[in-house]
Amino acid sequence: MGASQSARTEHEFKDLADRTGFSLEQINNLNKRFRQLSSNKETLSREDLASIPDLDNNPIRLQIINAFFDKRNLSQSEVGIVQEIGFEEFLMVLTHFQPAAMDITEDNREKLRRTKLRFLFNMHDTDGNGIITLEEYRQAVEELLSKAGTIAPETVKAIADAAMLDVASTTRGKMEPDEFYEGITFEHFLQILKTLDIETTMHVRFLNLDTANMRCGK
Amino acid sequence: MIFEMSALSCAFPGCRWSVLLLVLVLLVCSALPIDASASVYPLRGTEGSNLTNVTTKKAFPVIGVNYDHVRKPFEIALWILLALLMKLGFHIIPRVSSVVPESCLLIVVGLLVGGFIKVIGEKPPVLDSQLFFLCLLPPIILDAGYFLPIRPFTDNVGTILVFAVIGTLWNAFFVGGSLYALCQIESVDLAGIGLLSCLLFGSIVSAVDPVAVLAVFEEIHINELLHILVFGESLLNDAVTVVLYNLFEEFYKVGTVTVLDVFLGVVCFFVVSLGGVLVGVIYGFLAAFTSRFTSHTRVIEPLFVFLYSYMAYLSSELFHLSGIMALIACGVVMRPYVEANISHKSYTTIKYFLKMWSSVSETLIFIFLGVSTVAGPHAWNWAFVVGTVVLCLVSRVLGVIGLTFIINKFRIVKLTKKDQFIVAYGGLRGAIAFSLGYLLSDSHPTRHLFLTAIITVIFFTVFVQGMTIRPLVELLAVKRKKESKRSINEEIHTEFLDHLLRGVEDVCGHYGHYHWKDKLSRFNKTYVKRWLIAGENFREPELIAFYRKMELKQAIMMVESGQLSSSLPSTVSMQNIEPKPIPRVSKKQEEEIRRILRSNLQNNKQRMRSRSYSRHTLFEADEEDNMSEVRLRKTKMEMDRRVSVMEGRVSVLDWTSGVLTFPNLNIAEIQPRNCNKPMFALVTIFLQVSHYLTVPANRESPRIGVRRVRFESDNQVFSTDRLPTAHFEKPSYPSTPDAVSLEAEFPKRVNQKTDIGPKVYASDNHQRELDYQSLARCLSDPGPHKEEEEDDDDDEIFMS
Repeated sequence: MGASQSARTEHEFKDLADRTGFSLEQINNLNKRFRQLSSNKETLSREDLASIPDLDNNPIRLQIINAFFDKRNLSQSEVGIVQEIGFEEFLMVLTHFQPAAMDITEDNREKLRRTKLRFLFNMHDTDGNGIITLEEYRQAVEELLSKAGTIAPETVKAIADAAMLDVASTTRGKMEPDEFYEGITFEHFLQILKTLDIETTMHVRFLNLDTANMRCGK
Repeated sequence: MIFEMSALSCAFPGCRWSVLLLVLVLLVCSALPIDASASVYPLRGTEGSNLTNVTTKKAFPVIGVNYDHVRKPFEIALWILLALLMKLGFHIIPRVSSVVPESCLLIVVGLLVGGFIKVIGEKPPVLDSQLFFLCLLPPIILDAGYFLPIRPFTDNVGTILVFAVIGTLWNAFFVGGSLYALCQIESVDLAGIGLLSCLLFGSIVSAVDPVAVLAVFEEIHINELLHILVFGESLLNDAVTVVLYNLFEEFYKVGTVTVLDVFLGVVCFFVVSLGGVLVGVIYGFLAAFTSRFTSHTRVIEPLFVFLYSYMAYLSSELFHLSGIMALIACGVVMRPYVEANISHKSYTTIKYFLKMWSSVSETLIFIFLGVSTVAGPHAWNWAFVVGTVVLCLVSRVLGVIGLTFIINKFRIVKLTKKDQFIVAYGGLRGAIAFSLGYLLSDSHPTRHLFLTAIITVIFFTVFVQGMTIRPLVELLAVKRKKESKRSINEEIHTEFLDHLLRGVEDVCGHYGHYHWKDKLSRFNKTYVKRWLIAGENFREPELIAFYRKMELKQAIMMVESGQLSSSLPSTVSMQNIEPKPIPRVSKKQEEEIRRILRSNLQNNKQRMRSRSYSRHTLFEADEEDNMSEVRLRKTKMEMDRRVSVMEGRVSVLDWTSGVLTFPNLNIAEIQPRNCNKPMFALVTIFLQVSHYLTVPANRESPRIGVRRVRFESDNQVFSTDRLPTAHFEKPSYPSTPDAVSLEAEFPKRVNQKTDIGPKVYASDNHQRELDYQSLARCLSDPGPHKEEEEDDDDDEIFMS
């Protein structure tokens, strides 16, 4: 890499650091990882992520991979799937996992919660219509239990149904028998998960990335 | 219960004071018989000797007094009983118990009792160290360890260890060193105390006490993080205390300290703490392994838990390792496996026994502390004692602030100033410090002074800090513990988050917290659980175990709540969330329905009580005592659900009043009065089902009284021989003549015996069969289409 190129990337990184909230060092490390995963190409595709061996044991790996390519996580307004993402989009997705700053204000804390819960919501809402239906929820629970040996589908269904009933009761209260609860909206999702303290639990430590330790993704 | 108590206290204002007074008097009297026996016997002795001279015949003693025979157990039992009566007394007076923590009240009672005893002239009993360490302390620690919330503990284990180890070391050296410096001041007149003595004293008085912390923090309900920080610290600093105490005691005896000794001291610390944990872990695995085989002797299961834990404690005390850490490790290790193996009743037993014993121990400890205060020989020195108290406070505050500064660099969730204040303020000293001080051999010339100082510190922390912490918590608006139970959504998403975060860590190429946690959990699942959990349960993922537990709790709640249908306002049921179903029932579902109905007919003793969410049936794997009843309820729920699935337009089934409305089915309002609900359910299913049925008009005579049901594709009628005891009233939807004829069809079906044996079918009862047929005919279109060939095998399956 020539001096000019490194200067350019430095400048880019600084820009990215300002926009995403990562520190320069973190961005450097993540860039190295990005390069490693994408075999030094400019963009990352699904296959690159799918070939990470550590992810094999993860029951929700498909959903995680999809989350990286979901347009909703990259910008607020669009819906759909992209095929490849660049480094900037990679960072945008990872910003959802930043910890909350110590002196964060109440408003910002609330905003952070919403952003993180929105990420989770998008992972469940696979068809993008803004509502998690019973089918989608069942699918999510099934995925979650998929690596746990043979589970009777009845049980999976029962758990998902019970969870859905719980949401409906908590958010809608008494419902007439004729009413139909279409699915969990984002507001309901916020309500049922407000005890989880998402802003503190949903984070990954980007501090001590050890580039020497990184396993090759191929 | 609070209302009753307040009512009681309002009704008899003088009563409760008199009760307390009575109890106090009794407590005092219990100390008296200690010497009473001494006076009784000599009397009898002289009488006896007189008699031998006279040799007159003595009358046969109808009644006699032999106190010595039962003395020790009698005293123990009486003390415990009276201590508990005092505890009871406090809760009758609501005003006092809300302001003053119970531990303070108990100490005051101890003081009063000790005072009385002293006034009378007897010698009050002192808290014997052996009694304390071997009998009173283990239940409290086991209770704490067994129910330790694992997740917050492991999340914060780094912080806890730093506070416990480094914090205690800092405290010990700061207090010891400062006191030594204080003693050097001429005016204080304490020049006789050497550095080692002071350090020894510092090590005794610096440890935060789990008993006191538990007693106070239990009542203020602060948030989980702070609770686990202070409490975890109080548990884990035992190793440090043990090592420092033994170290300084040895050094004091020897007199000199070398570098080698210091080095060995450090090594000793690791040995003590890790050794204690190891001993605990071994016993924990033993207990888990034992519990795998207890399925036939459920009654003694709790004993295994208690005895293995106690053995762990004693074994580690045997080797001078940290008994508290062994106990904690044992409880933590054994709990997940034992709970997967033992019955629900055993679990409840363990829980209640632990709570009971720890409660008794705590009460006794505090009362004895009060009594010992009055008893013990005291040597007061203003400078020393006040200096101790002040230095303890100062060192605690400094230690917490300094350590938090360092720790916050490594924590994601930083500790705020409020948190630090609570952690510092919650550093209470308690009975462990007293017992350790009491254990000091008499070779220490300043032993009494030390004891006095320790007691003063304990009193100060328990009274002043214990009483003021509650208003301070409210004043500072510290986050409180959230009271709600974990819902299934939270559980699902917690697991989901775990996997998600691990996945993101993997994407980032980073072996972090979640990676190792997951590795450990997978190791646990594949190797450890296989050995330690009975049966096939070890394959079960946590989510399902949680779900089952939740179901069980709900079911038990249903059983207990009985007639209170309104207390479980199930506002939403399956039809609200399930999209309009296509009323096609697959063969598998049919099989399912048949099985359910069959099992219902087998156990139809219970009555349906209240309605709740619709749920699926529980696993058959568990064989609980009252599970059959629970299962029955579950299957009823299942049927309810199936009914509503099949007929999406059905309105809410209101079980308790027995009113069933089928607005679209034109069926009469059925009011089963003496009916057996399972039968009722059967009928409803039947009626539902029959709506879709087509019944062959040219029905042959029933073969064996058993029919199967096939929906839409095959048209057969399913019924059983015995009819439900449904008594059909005048229909409220008499819109079709069909409905009316229903009533005619079932005029006298009241109070049929519903005790159906294991075999569902019967050979005769054509009448009922025909009745059913006619009912079906009423409700559905006749369709002369019947397939006989497939009857045989299916019927056989059904009848087997």
